Amino acid sequence: MAILIDENSKVVVQGITGREGQFHALRNRDYGTNIVAGTRPGKGGEEVESIPIFNTVQEAIDQTGANVALTMVPPAFAKDAVLEAAYADCELIVCITEGIPAKDEAEMYNLIKQKTKSKLLGPNCPGLISPGKSNVGIMPHEITLPGNIGVVSRSGTLTYQAVHELTQLDIGQSTCIGIGGDPVPGMSFIDVLKEFEEDVETQGIVMIGEIGGTAEEEAAEYIKANISKPVVSYIAGVTAPPGKKMGHAGAIVSGNKGTAKAKMSALEEANVVVVSNPTKIGQAVKEIM
Amino acid sequence: MDLFEYQGKSLYENFDIAHPNSHLINKIEDLEEDFTLSYPVVVKAQVQVGGRGKAGGIKLANNYEELLLFSQEILGMDIKGHVVEKILIEEASEINEEYYLSFTLDRSEKKYLMMLSAKGGMDIEAVAEENPDDLTMVHIDPSNSLTDEMVLKAIQDSNLNEKYETELLEIIKSLFRLFVDGDCDLVEVNPLAITSDGVKALDSKVSLDMNAKYRHEEFEDIEKDIPIPPSEKSAKEKGLNFIKLDGSVGIIGNGAGLVMSTLDVVAEYGGSAANFLDIGGGAKAETVSAALDVLETDESVTSVFINIFGGITRCDLVAQGIVEATRGKNLKWPIVIRLDGTNAIEGLEILKQNPNEKIFITETMNQAAELAVKGIK
Repeated sequence: MAILIDENSKVVVQGITGREGQFHALRNRDYGTNIVAGTRPGKGGEEVESIPIFNTVQEAIDQTGANVALTMVPPAFAKDAVLEAAYADCELIVCITEGIPAKDEAEMYNLIKQKTKSKLLGPNCPGLISPGKSNVGIMPHEITLPGNIGVVSRSGTLTYQAVHELTQLDIGQSTCIGIGGDPVPGMSFIDVLKEFEEDVETQGIVMIGEIGGTAEEEAAEYIKANISKPVVSYIAGVTAPPGKKMGHAGAIVSGNKGTAKAKMSALEEANVVVVSNPTKIGQAVKEIM
Repeated sequence: MDLFEYQGKSLYENFDIAHPNSHLINKIEDLEEDFTLSYPVVVKAQVQVGGRGKAGGIKLANNYEELLLFSQEILGMDIKGHVVEKILIEEASEINEEYYLSFTLDRSEKKYLMMLSAKGGMDIEAVAEENPDDLTMVHIDPSNSLTDEMVLKAIQDSNLNEKYETELLEIIKSLFRLFVDGDCDLVEVNPLAITSDGVKALDSKVSLDMNAKYRHEEFEDIEKDIPIPPSEKSAKEKGLNFIKLDGSVGIIGNGAGLVMSTLDVVAEYGGSAANFLDIGGGAKAETVSAALDVLETDESVTSVFINIFGGITRCDLVAQGIVEATRGKNLKWPIVIRLDGTNAIEGLEILKQNPNEKIFITETMNQAAELAVKGIK
């Protein structure tokens, strides 16, 4: 099963003619991902290593049956690219692009939510991988192992660290997802936790958060009420100095939330096993499974 | 990026937001008797720290003699470790009422948030805490706009003086335009005042979203005027994300999350980090070499821990950078390295072929942290 992507997912890569877009499209294809199309306005009809290029996502979907978009375009064009994929009814859009203005993110998030049925992962995320089935994004698949643990994280490299810890102990993963650390991420911890709860293959969950924002506190409340599977968590930044406070308005919105301590105690209250360092994730999962 | 008051007010001009007439100076010689300002004027220290009024950084001057005296007093003053390098001289307003207004992004709701209160001019966090009903909160859908109806309702709900409803509506809408079209993370005005000369934004706290720099020419000039701590300057010029900390273990890693957790692991072994240094995704050999150069200038570093988990970053390029930066050098401190992920095997091979007696390779993050903290025997 896995969540969101599997061996049947068909991927269209937006920005496939760019350096990063091409590199990762081919890397993902080598892993076994069905990369069926690419888009680049004005280059329709051409090919990248026998992957057909279309001018628009709609054309790519009509001709190849693509249902997942991997967005790797520069920040200035990202909002339009993501919305184009959403209006073409792509089921899942994975936006890797880093450095998109917060206003663009907020606008596209709300438009997608109100006007389409698409799910958006990212922006500024490493994407997701269902080991042995499909890799959509920039994660190093070498460190993954097919199995039953779902991994969700706000950070890219820390996701790899956690997956690595699991694989070292022969604990496989159903799907590993980086939701990204930007101000307005598409899918939240809660959205992903819900998918893991519903997935029969996933038997346990690893959730990795970091300081700032209130996403982990909200996830803790959700876990308490809705998640029956065991959850192990690590929050990065226990020893980080308090970040710059964004005026008083920011402080009012987040109150006392946002510190590593507040997040850890909220998760512990929800019966989550919280570890103090990422190298302890594997052992903690082993103990509760 | 947090702006100084005077920078925020210069943005007010672009959006026709009424604020007092003013002059900015950075040295006494620029003070002129024939300023076009009318007395009394307020002399305001330009620092990015709260409580400047209590610290004596805001003074009311009734004539040129007082202006000169207070300017001399405030320029160069140390306010909580911030040295005053610029002062804003502003016509004093006759204030009848003081309100609070801010626009920011509510990350939980994923919508813009307007906060309005009749209790301006004071500590708004205390108002929110003690009398939450005195703070009107309005969420604005980013895919729609802020309508007149929404603003008027907020004005009524906050019990602002209805005589000034039209003027308030206009200035609030202009401030919202600054927030959205100006790509601000925060626009906060405290106080937004009813003065004898109409409604004015007397203060400004603005923070810019630097991801939007590509579509705002003005961001670059503003950025130039914001001083960077000397310890962070060279890192910034090289495109590294560097923050100076108090400990002794120099940290270099890729990705903010991994670097933060490296700090945590070092702390678990009883050490403390001298810095936070993220070389980012896709770092090349030059980046790693630049990162080591930055640590070289920090006297408090006694050992260095390089923690890399390759994804988009390739470990072989990182290893190449380490070798290039350290070749033929008498290193000041031992470097402990942990490489995993994309091309880790190739990277480790490069390090083995270029041995250096002060470079140590470990297999895990824990071993590396322990070695970096407890020293190399």
